[in-house]
Amino acid sequence: MSDPTTTEKPVAPEPERPARSRAASSMQSWLPTVKDSVAAIVLALLVGAVLIMFSTPRVIESLSYFFSYPWDFFKFSGIAVFDGYSALVRGSVGSGSSLVRTIERAAPLICAGLGVTLAFRAGMFNIGAQGQMILGAVAAGYIGFHYDLPVGLHLLLALAGAIVLGGLWGGIAGFLKARTGAHEVITTIMLNYVGRFVILFFLGKETFQRPNSDNLLSPPVNDSATFPAVFGLHLGVLLAIVAALGIWWLLERSTWGFEIRAVGANPQAARTAGMSVSRVYITAMVVAGMLSGLAVSMMVLGRQDPLTDQIAGSVGFDAITVALLGRATPLGTVLAGLLFGALSAGGLTMQAAAGVPPELAQVLQALIVLFVAAPALVRGLFRLRGDGQAVGVEAKGWGG
Amino acid sequence: MGRMSVIEAPEATTPQEATVRDRADVARQVRLVVTFGLSTAILVYFALAIEDPQVTYILGERVTQEFRPKDLTTTWVSWLAIATSLVALVLAALDRYPRRGAGLALALLVGVMFYLGFLMWAYTDQAGAFQAAIANPIPGTMRIATPLVLGALAGCLCERAGVINIAIEGQFLAGAFFASVFSSIAFTSLAFIPLALVAPFGLLGGVLAGVGVAAMLGLFALRYQVNQVVLGVVLVAFASGLTSFLLGQIPGDRKATFNNPMILDEIRIPVLADIPLLGQALFEQTILVYLMFASVAFVTFLLFETRWGLRVRSVGEHPKAADTVGIKVNRVRWQAVLLGGVFAGLGGAYYTVGSTGAFDREVSAGTGFIALAAVIMGRWHPIGATFAAVFFGFMWNLQNQLSFVDKLPGELLGAAPYLATIIAVAGFVGRVRPPAADGEPYVKS
Repeated sequence: MSDPTTTEKPVAPEPERPARSRAASSMQSWLPTVKDSVAAIVLALLVGAVLIMFSTPRVIESLSYFFSYPWDFFKFSGIAVFDGYSALVRGSVGSGSSLVRTIERAAPLICAGLGVTLAFRAGMFNIGAQGQMILGAVAAGYIGFHYDLPVGLHLLLALAGAIVLGGLWGGIAGFLKARTGAHEVITTIMLNYVGRFVILFFLGKETFQRPNSDNLLSPPVNDSATFPAVFGLHLGVLLAIVAALGIWWLLERSTWGFEIRAVGANPQAARTAGMSVSRVYITAMVVAGMLSGLAVSMMVLGRQDPLTDQIAGSVGFDAITVALLGRATPLGTVLAGLLFGALSAGGLTMQAAAGVPPELAQVLQALIVLFVAAPALVRGLFRLRGDGQAVGVEAKGWGG
Repeated sequence: MGRMSVIEAPEATTPQEATVRDRADVARQVRLVVTFGLSTAILVYFALAIEDPQVTYILGERVTQEFRPKDLTTTWVSWLAIATSLVALVLAALDRYPRRGAGLALALLVGVMFYLGFLMWAYTDQAGAFQAAIANPIPGTMRIATPLVLGALAGCLCERAGVINIAIEGQFLAGAFFASVFSSIAFTSLAFIPLALVAPFGLLGGVLAGVGVAAMLGLFALRYQVNQVVLGVVLVAFASGLTSFLLGQIPGDRKATFNNPMILDEIRIPVLADIPLLGQALFEQTILVYLMFASVAFVTFLLFETRWGLRVRSVGEHPKAADTVGIKVNRVRWQAVLLGGVFAGLGGAYYTVGSTGAFDREVSAGTGFIALAAVIMGRWHPIGATFAAVFFGFMWNLQNQLSFVDKLPGELLGAAPYLATIIAVAGFVGRVRPPAADGEPYVKS
């Protein structure tokens, strides 16, 4: 992976030069990327259309007399696909309330995705967003429903609790990697499971139990600890934008971000250049965990979701896909998060209005990422011209 | 467990230079003293906390006509465990702890004795009217470990060839679903397939599905050079979505046709199954467990004793060098990935035809990721990965067995396998080195 010769020569810290050359080439490299991504989405939607067709009973029935009257098959297929996708569009961006739902779903994905992105840039594969979110939820929920505090302070404390506990949980994996070399893929997976039992432990306690309920379910947080809302959209989502800007600044403009990228590119070279690789691992994982904590605070403090052991849902794992689709850049993560939020919000409407199974949204998400990651395939199918080189995520291999 | 992680100081080989100790030696000694000190202290606590030293035990897995509970006084077991741990502690403190094989054996012995000492504490003084008996952990361990071992073998094969396989979970899900479907369909078309082969026919479905996901992995990783970490995550999401989608497509009245598989029968091997303690665990299992044993031997032999295995390892370590001597890098990688799919698909089949029957959403519940962890813990070696997977199975089984005893809170028990893995990885396995070209697509220049 790393050529032994590269460890000898220190990396000259010249953050200016790569930044300028990237700005110069951005016009050329940007357009094909967008073209590829759009083509990938179209291709994924085409595959999705086939799945919609075969999940519609009418279409299946018309297949039995396909050879005597093929028109029915095409007509019914067309109707089914149109119904499904128009419901997808309506449910994601069609109206004010659906737009709100899209953004509310996108915001946690973006935050948790940024955490995965940051760890990726430091050469680590953070599968632990799930566990970090759960721990954040415990803190935010406990502060949120157990205490009665003044309006602004309560929110701030609950938010801080989520961020701090999420950061600590993420930091464990970073600390173990830095001190003992324990692989972060193992430790974060295990910490996800441990996190689940931590929340189960708390949910079994009297304090966390919702009155008059037999389920392991906490009360929602008090109103004084919720984000203020405008047009039904809680303002916590703004924090996702702030976080994205902050991470962009950290990665691209700060010394620490330069260290992260250097360690991610080549830890040996970074060490030779005098950087503390251990510190980068620990701090990157702490900040990644803090971002996961922020993500779950949008659910607990924004949507007032009660705590359950399923509080993080699939956000923790979708965050990985979002970060990878966003090519481990903050802007890309935001866009990918919005796309996933739209698919997830629209998927609900698709199920309700057109009877399309909700799992289709998940399949579509997976296919989009797959096709975006395989530009050669998409270009071949659509006869697009490309620069012939794939833009990949920085962390290759196991980063061992 | 792996004490090999400590770099053996070359000075230690000759007696008169053994006094020269570098930092690695000191760190090793500190770690050993801390470990054995802790284990001794905990064991002493266990021994002293026991009030009524009476437990019952059975050599079988559960109480039957054949296995009646027998009484046992725990005092001597507890103190024997403490003595063992103490001996190791003294050896470590005097820097006389043996290295290599002997050291590993002693560590294992301390581990087993610690387990027994813990069991004595856990099963004595039970509060309820129902007194649970200590049962044989090995059969349950083997059953739970079966899919993990098979998944880990798939991971080893892929990654030794230089293709990262995070998609084991996806292969499990696809394998589980199609094993169920194949077995169910076979049952409804009994005219063609004899009844005894209906459940094994499900294994075929599992294998085909596992190879199918492996083919996607190969196609996108090798043909289109997609980043393999991305690819693995996506394939898991894809397989999870697709199996749930297809499950939803089975109409309610057709469940019996498509998702009602027969479960594999346990096959008893006549004489061997009567061996006490181990017989039932190893020789009265489903064909899937026997296949798992065979697969471990097969993959190990294949990777380390055959020409093909050498090629696999060479394209995983240095594809360019392999190419130079005329090995078709991507062809070998394809073969390894597809063969891995066979084992992962078998592992997936465990979750339907091998255990509970019908497929349900997310039936494998993230165990594919545990198999992945086992690959890394076992340092990309099939035997090491197998031991890591069995360790998991053991911890899970212990958790199942202890859930009848109210000594420990359920959440702590539930988290124990994962905590134990973190401790094992952080404390003993340490830094691991993947195959050098793992995850790097090879483009012939």
